[in-house]
Amino acid sequence: MTYASASMPLQPGRVQLTLRYLRRNKSLTLGLIVLFGLIAFTAIGFLTIDPKDAYPLSAPTRRAPSWDYPFGTDFFGRNLLAAMVVGMWQTAAIGLLAGVIGTAIGVVLGFTSAYFGGWTDAIIKNICLILTPIPVLLIQVVVAGSLDKRDVTILMMALIIVMLGWMGTTLVVRAQVLTMKERQFVAVAKLSGMNSIGIIFKEIMPNLLPFIAAALVVQVFAAVFASFYLAVLGLGPLREPLLGNIIWAAQGQGAFFNGWWWWPIAPSVAMILILGSLALINMGLDELANPRVRKTE
Amino acid sequence: MILRLIAKRLLFLLLVMWSASTIVFFVPRLSDINPIRERFAELARTGGFSPADLEKIIESYTRQFGLDQPLLQQYWDYMGQIVRFDFGYSLNRYPATVMDLIMQAIPWTLTLLLVTTILSFVIGNLLGALSAWPRAPGWVRAIATPFILLTGVPPVIMGVLLLFFIGFRLKLLPLGGAYSIGIVPDWGDVGFWLDLMRHQILPALALILGSVGGWVLSMRGMGITIQGEDYVTFAEHKGITPGRIFRDYYLRNTLLPQATGLALALGTVVSSAIIVEGLFGLPGIGTALNNAIRSNDFPVIYGIVLFITAAVATIMVLMEFVYPLLDPRIREQ
Repeated sequence: MTYASASMPLQPGRVQLTLRYLRRNKSLTLGLIVLFGLIAFTAIGFLTIDPKDAYPLSAPTRRAPSWDYPFGTDFFGRNLLAAMVVGMWQTAAIGLLAGVIGTAIGVVLGFTSAYFGGWTDAIIKNICLILTPIPVLLIQVVVAGSLDKRDVTILMMALIIVMLGWMGTTLVVRAQVLTMKERQFVAVAKLSGMNSIGIIFKEIMPNLLPFIAAALVVQVFAAVFASFYLAVLGLGPLREPLLGNIIWAAQGQGAFFNGWWWWPIAPSVAMILILGSLALINMGLDELANPRVRKTE
Repeated sequence: MILRLIAKRLLFLLLVMWSASTIVFFVPRLSDINPIRERFAELARTGGFSPADLEKIIESYTRQFGLDQPLLQQYWDYMGQIVRFDFGYSLNRYPATVMDLIMQAIPWTLTLLLVTTILSFVIGNLLGALSAWPRAPGWVRAIATPFILLTGVPPVIMGVLLLFFIGFRLKLLPLGGAYSIGIVPDWGDVGFWLDLMRHQILPALALILGSVGGWVLSMRGMGITIQGEDYVTFAEHKGITPGRIFRDYYLRNTLLPQATGLALALGTVVSSAIIVEGLFGLPGIGTALNNAIRSNDFPVIYGIVLFITAAVATIMVLMEFVYPLLDPRIREQ
């Protein structure tokens, strides 16, 4: 007891510990910095520009980047700066929606499968395994292609992506719960008479949180990627300035052939920053979730 | 034993194909959009026939495609067609069948895919293994790092950037298409082949640069783990040459997991290639899909999707029979 209280003042605070960890985990830090930069860009953007400028016929057409239009304007008269702000926000919305829904489905199914075992496990596992080899993008193409493109919304986009995007998380969570189930603390909890709901939420869940966080980032990454690919194929909500839609439109009008280089470049750079920050955060979280590769000071 | 395994994998393949084709059958029928109406309404808009004729045409097509039959009957007929690899006719380029269009496009896609996948797999794995190897020269690590940074960049964006820097700014390579406009394809002419190659460099580069980083990353991770293994230390003490340790201890042990990784990544690799083809306007599956989407040619969209799914799933299952050749431990079982 005296030992603990004596060392108390020396114990660094939570914030300090986090900061110290971030200094060690460079990819997580860099990823978070880029992500916060993007959030700041979108937030400041919404405060300073008119979101209506992101839609056609709001600006003079085909202007190269200048002081008035930092990212230029496109063939349809969109102010690309405004389009980036709105497009970034929409990309984030699709990514987060699809990511959260996909992770939730994955966690529930993974838990059910691993914890109850037997037939439940066999069915869920085999469905996942059978659906995994199907190239998800192509099925998404069929779904998105069957919808009337005039009334596809952001939410619909997210749901299309989630439809075949939960198997990975399910299998990961299932594998983790399976190993955790065999650990001694679960056996102790069981022997002490805890019911399965209690064991799931009080014993297994807290240990699983880093994995779920990592799975969420992977899901968001996959969702952003998928929505981008669909939009590049011209299957998104065509009215919206989604980053992929802008590249699709630029390609359709032969932007490079006509010398309007800034048109596809702006959404490409934005996409690189979004996906890059998510990839870095994912690498950083991997390290956090997997103590074996966690770097020590 | 081996027969049972083959039967099991075949059943798995059948299940994969069945679920994919069931999704492709039911999803469009759940939506209220009518592919035939959509297509002919578009034709009517561009001028051609009167609205009264339009209804008649739609009706006759609906009957011809069997869309007036009960759903289960349609499903049964459709499955029968799928089994025979008959995806019906293209609405846009009638009387060409969907299979004709796919067969025209597939050599382009297959060549691009084979070349880029093999190159990026070999380059990525060698770079990754070397950058994890303590004896490797410093410049290897210097090359590997930029590739790792490119991991998150989708090949399409890589394509846009390459088009901008190399095609647009430096004007070194063409901006798209399979060959220069005005050239008549002549497969016996060397000049035509050279022109063809020039047009393939940027799309191939986009695909390679977009995927090398992933291989570098996973291979490096494994290389670092192997480094700590006792058998490597033992081999070093035995006096085995570094070159042999690299080849027989590093590469050999990572071959199986990396081959598995390749099988798992196949779906993404194919999807990326299709989209990059569309971006560069190469006459492969990607452009066929792009055109089909732009012109509401639904049978072509569904046909391409099912064809690619079948191909990817088949290759994945076939890969499983390659694993025992790569790893003697699996052979034993």
